[in-house]
Amino acid sequence: MELGYDVKELLKWSAETKLRQLSRKEELFTHGHRMCAGCGAPTVVKMVLMATDYPAVASNATGCLEVSSCIQEFTAWKIPWIHTAFENAAATLSGAETMYRALLKKGKMPENVKFIAFGGDGGTYDIGLQSLSGAMERRHDMLYICYDNGAYMNTGIQRSSATPLGADTTTSPAGSANPAGKVQPRKDLTRIMAAHGIPYAAQASISHWADFIRKVRKAHEIKGPKFINVLSPCNRGWRTATDNSVQLSRLAVETCYWPLYEIEDGKLTVTVKPAQKRPVAEFMKPQGRFKHLFVPENAGMLARVQEEVDRNWQRLLRESGEAAE
Amino acid sequence: MGKIVAVTGNEAVANALRQANPDVCSLYPITPQTDIVQRFSSFVSNGVVDTELINAESEHSAMSAAIGAAAAGGRVITATSSQGLALMWEMLHIASGMNLPIVMPLVNRALSAPLNIHGDHSDGMGARDTGWIQLWSENAQEAYDNTIMAFRIAEHKDLRLPAMVCMDGFIISHSIERMEYLDDQPVKDFIGPYEQVNPLLDLQHPKSFGPLILTDLYHEYKRLQHEIIGRAKNIVLQVSDEFAKLSGRKYGLFESYRLEDAEVALVVLNSAAGTSKDVVDAMRDKGIKAGLLKPRLFRPFPYEEVGSALRHLKAVCVLDRADSYGGYGPMFMEISSAIYQAAGTGSGPRLVNKIYGLGGRDYMPEDAGKVLVELDAIAKGASVKAVKEYIGVRE
Repeated sequence: MELGYDVKELLKWSAETKLRQLSRKEELFTHGHRMCAGCGAPTVVKMVLMATDYPAVASNATGCLEVSSCIQEFTAWKIPWIHTAFENAAATLSGAETMYRALLKKGKMPENVKFIAFGGDGGTYDIGLQSLSGAMERRHDMLYICYDNGAYMNTGIQRSSATPLGADTTTSPAGSANPAGKVQPRKDLTRIMAAHGIPYAAQASISHWADFIRKVRKAHEIKGPKFINVLSPCNRGWRTATDNSVQLSRLAVETCYWPLYEIEDGKLTVTVKPAQKRPVAEFMKPQGRFKHLFVPENAGMLARVQEEVDRNWQRLLRESGEAAE
Repeated sequence: MGKIVAVTGNEAVANALRQANPDVCSLYPITPQTDIVQRFSSFVSNGVVDTELINAESEHSAMSAAIGAAAAGGRVITATSSQGLALMWEMLHIASGMNLPIVMPLVNRALSAPLNIHGDHSDGMGARDTGWIQLWSENAQEAYDNTIMAFRIAEHKDLRLPAMVCMDGFIISHSIERMEYLDDQPVKDFIGPYEQVNPLLDLQHPKSFGPLILTDLYHEYKRLQHEIIGRAKNIVLQVSDEFAKLSGRKYGLFESYRLEDAEVALVVLNSAAGTSKDVVDAMRDKGIKAGLLKPRLFRPFPYEEVGSALRHLKAVCVLDRADSYGGYGPMFMEISSAIYQAAGTGSGPRLVNKIYGLGGRDYMPEDAGKVLVELDAIAKGASVKAVKEYIGVRE
């Protein structure tokens, strides 16, 4: 396998983010959790907490991350953490954040405590969308991190509204009557969040860790609701090897399947522009969930996926003021 | 001392909440409860409470936010009715499972379909197994008093459980009654400051709330929950005794009305108990030895005490303002169990169940009168025609 990162880029970013300093920080999401080997989600959490230079309180939607990180008397969380249910990580955290403000004004809490919610795509795009929308509209001072692995992985790979066009899942299986898998494109949640008029919405990827860390740090310096959507490879659901979640994340960015951008006070900026945009098939090919598309009969479907990616990318470039490609 | 006022049930409850001065109130409007959170919002806007409001986008989120806030470590209120409570149902179990002393007035209202905004007990009965303490209230005074006491009960160090205070939608929530407000300071002193227990916001001692617990300890956890809520009986009595010293109003686990020497009795919750007590008096004048039992603490249910209070009777009718389609009324099942355990098989009163007042259908004195006449006949040897019947039905 090729390296999951570009050495030159890594050196450049490491200078900016002081990699050494980061590596010396206490890990607030510890080893010993029971996430699958090769899962992207714990890396997402580790990076978020690594980028958090303040005391923080986390809320977690029901899902893989939650069931695997706090079992009975064991917890992987070294910061205050709360899980209540599936669809309400944002509402639950909005309650904790409000109590914090109530106690802060009575002088019972220190300033600058950060509130971070973690939810998968099922808990964020689907069942938790209303709760998230409400919390964003109420302008709670919180950062919502969606780790998007593109399906309900915890219950066994059922399609969500984040599942990509053409993916085979257990509830959108490719079969003789429907050889395409999921026939609908993804919901564009990052834009939906930005449409709330929140001060900061962004997409990030663990492969571009400096960009990711910068975004989390930036979010923490902004008062109000923030949303970061992070691609999170799942080898069980994507039908991939357990050693390439970073490489796959990188391919997702380089094919513009998962563009890295931020929308700050309405202004869209593409934060990482691939030197050369690669065909989306390069991202899809290593994944078993798209295997059925790589047959001649499904060539049209593959082309449709590419068209979706291209249209979205051109739109991003246009809105960011960059020249279209 | 207190002040005599003419107010609605909602206004009375809103004022009890004001006096408790919670840290956080999460809210969502629903008829007939809306008036409570509207009034509370104006207390916030006018600076008469220190509370932070959360205008949630649904009752599910209102309860989720209440849970997050209570876990964070402070006094939390919300209020709801009917569909709102139904939407909260998932979270009700989580509030109690996490030992969070949230106080929630429940203005009882029918459940859809068909849609109906009026008072019945379908909502509260549907939530009886959620691990919340339930206090039921006959009138505005009781709703006010119960709300004040609910904070002491819920926040008691041996309980730390959520509590809902029930009163009848419209009949009480929107009717103006004469009642007494207690002065603010004695109420504040009575409720006392909120004491944190393992707050999420203790940054020095991070805690994880809401773990996954499977077959190895879940069963024990649930047994513990049953044992803990069982402590509420004594705590309710202690708090009620203290409250009697403050207010002069005495409350027990339930109210017995002319029950000691009675032969027949009605068991009825909330506002209908007031009407029924008048009819009990009228029947006594006619020579029928009638009495009444009005439950107050419905969860945990005081089976032994209720059973002892009823076992000597010859015939009892349990009036349910909620139904279990294909089953007996929910309170009938509790009373049957209580009497069976107290009296054993083959003895104790004959029992009938009348479903009344669904969706706000008026409960008239004649309805209570007919039931008591029927009970008197059963007490004298007449057979029970039907265990469960609907009364006040338009044929």
